Amino acid sequence: MSAISREDVAHLAQLAHIEMSDAELDKMTGELGVIVESIASVSEAASADVPATTHPIALSNVFREDVVGPTLTAEEALMNAPDSVDTRFKVPAILDGE
Amino acid sequence: MNQIIQLSATELAAKLRAGEITSVQAVQAHLDRIAEVDGGERGVHAFLHVNTEEALAVAAEVDAIRAAGGADAQALHPFAGVPIAVKDLIVTKGQPTTAASKMLEGWMSPYDATVIEKIRAAKLPMLGKTNLDEFAMGSSTEHSAYGPTRNPWDLDRIPGGSGGGSAAAVAAFEAPLALGTDTGGSIRQPGAVTGTVGVKPTYGGVSRYGAIAMASSLDQIGPVTRTVLDSAYLHELIGGHDPADSTSLNEPVPALVAAAEQGASGDMTGVRVGVIKELQGEGYEAGVQERFNESLEALRAAGAEIVEVSCPNFKYALGAYYLIMPSEVSSNLAKFDGVRFGTRVLPTQGPLTIERVMGATRAAGFGDEVKRRIILGTYALSAGYYDAYYGSAQKVRTLIQRDFDAAFEQADVLISPTSPTVAFELGSKTDDPLAMYLNDVATIPANMAGIPGITVPGGLSEGLPVGIQFLAPAREDARLYRAGAALEKLLEDKWGGRLLDQAPELSAATTGGVA
Repeated sequence: MSAISREDVAHLAQLAHIEMSDAELDKMTGELGVIVESIASVSEAASADVPATTHPIALSNVFREDVVGPTLTAEEALMNAPDSVDTRFKVPAILDGE
Repeated sequence: MNQIIQLSATELAAKLRAGEITSVQAVQAHLDRIAEVDGGERGVHAFLHVNTEEALAVAAEVDAIRAAGGADAQALHPFAGVPIAVKDLIVTKGQPTTAASKMLEGWMSPYDATVIEKIRAAKLPMLGKTNLDEFAMGSSTEHSAYGPTRNPWDLDRIPGGSGGGSAAAVAAFEAPLALGTDTGGSIRQPGAVTGTVGVKPTYGGVSRYGAIAMASSLDQIGPVTRTVLDSAYLHELIGGHDPADSTSLNEPVPALVAAAEQGASGDMTGVRVGVIKELQGEGYEAGVQERFNESLEALRAAGAEIVEVSCPNFKYALGAYYLIMPSEVSSNLAKFDGVRFGTRVLPTQGPLTIERVMGATRAAGFGDEVKRRIILGTYALSAGYYDAYYGSAQKVRTLIQRDFDAAFEQADVLISPTSPTVAFELGSKTDDPLAMYLNDVATIPANMAGIPGITVPGGLSEGLPVGIQFLAPAREDARLYRAGAALEKLLEDKWGGRLLDQAPELSAATTGGVA
């Protein structure tokens, strides 16, 4: 497995929507490098014939009746919103330049 | 110290039912203790929010029902009126829920977690919300955005994490009961280093609806107490099927109180206890190993059959955990984007678009450890690395389950030290993430396999508590309570009292609190 580069970290931070300063990127790159190196042995343990486990105790087809249960009112849903207008969440422009 | 706060929850509940103490007196005694030892300059700082008004109101309601007698009094839960503290990762109406993050500063949940609904229905007054590592990510509670919690045994040391607040609160007699959450050891490791009891139930045994998700295939809510019997009562209260949690097991809660009462005889005749070869030796402090060996001897003398089991794939558990957990973190924490709830931070320059608002919000709202895990998880899940990292880690999970299956053919319960070390000094590992991660080496395998685990006090090393962990097969939580209560009884007989009786006296003078 390849080492994690500063460019990788910058790209990942962008994907994860976390703005990072140059100093933060440097520090994070060093720390992640050590962590990734220490966990790399995981791939050697797992041969092709071992099935993957996603949940420790798998349950399937967990359904409920298709009826409306208790829901939040619009007021409750908006009570923690950073910004709202009428019964909606208000956000800045979705696209640049608008 | 006020006598009321020294009582176990079970003892306090009996005195409340007998009318020897009122719930208002019990709640007030704990609120006074919180004022005395929690908030000062060198206070324990177990609480992020103290719920004075509501706790006293619920207590007064319970007292009124008991005083009136009749069917309503008869119908009260046996623990009605016994106060409880709640880890601030669990959402509560009427009290802020922060997850110890700036991202949720001042956030008020519009709904209650299922465990909180159960606590309200049983009328346990909630004392407040306890401190944790931000979003439960850490092993020392030093990653809280609101400052660390101190270990009541030594105020310069960590109380473990992530649930250091809940563990410290019960260890410092600020609450008889608390709720925790355990993703890789966040109930058990703090229990070990504070000399208290903590249980991670079988995955799905307690509803997680309303626990702010960290890693959904690993997270579990469980009890934090000073005695095994208290944990059994609390576990029975919060356990059971919940249609609001699709991972909740649709099965009755096992008879845990009965198992704890059986164990309290101290008799372990016929119980096979498996010593996990890989969870001792190198990396485990000598003092921890000594207390562990003494516990084994006590169990053997009480009739247990001690066998050695090997779990060869545990050496990959920590690595696999640090791939699976961050991957799930990166997904679960995507919702904190400054749009619908929580903090919103505007970028200081450049165009004001929602994408840039998200970037600025998450930069300011998340602490370093949360950011590290989100980036690590994003990396593990990215194209080109997914199979090698996340895919391999899921296979390791299967191997760990197989190791446990084989071990449980030889033993009824497994045993190990809960944590490789005693509580370390505040600040000593905050600059070394990897060293911090190693604290959970003995607790992580249970989460990977979904099985239950308990920590019970095992004595002291260098004057600091050592925890002993029992593990049982999935759905066999009752075995933990039997073995845990037996060891508790055997060791307390040896010590001539509770381990916490040996803890240094905390007071307003030592913590800078209100006398």
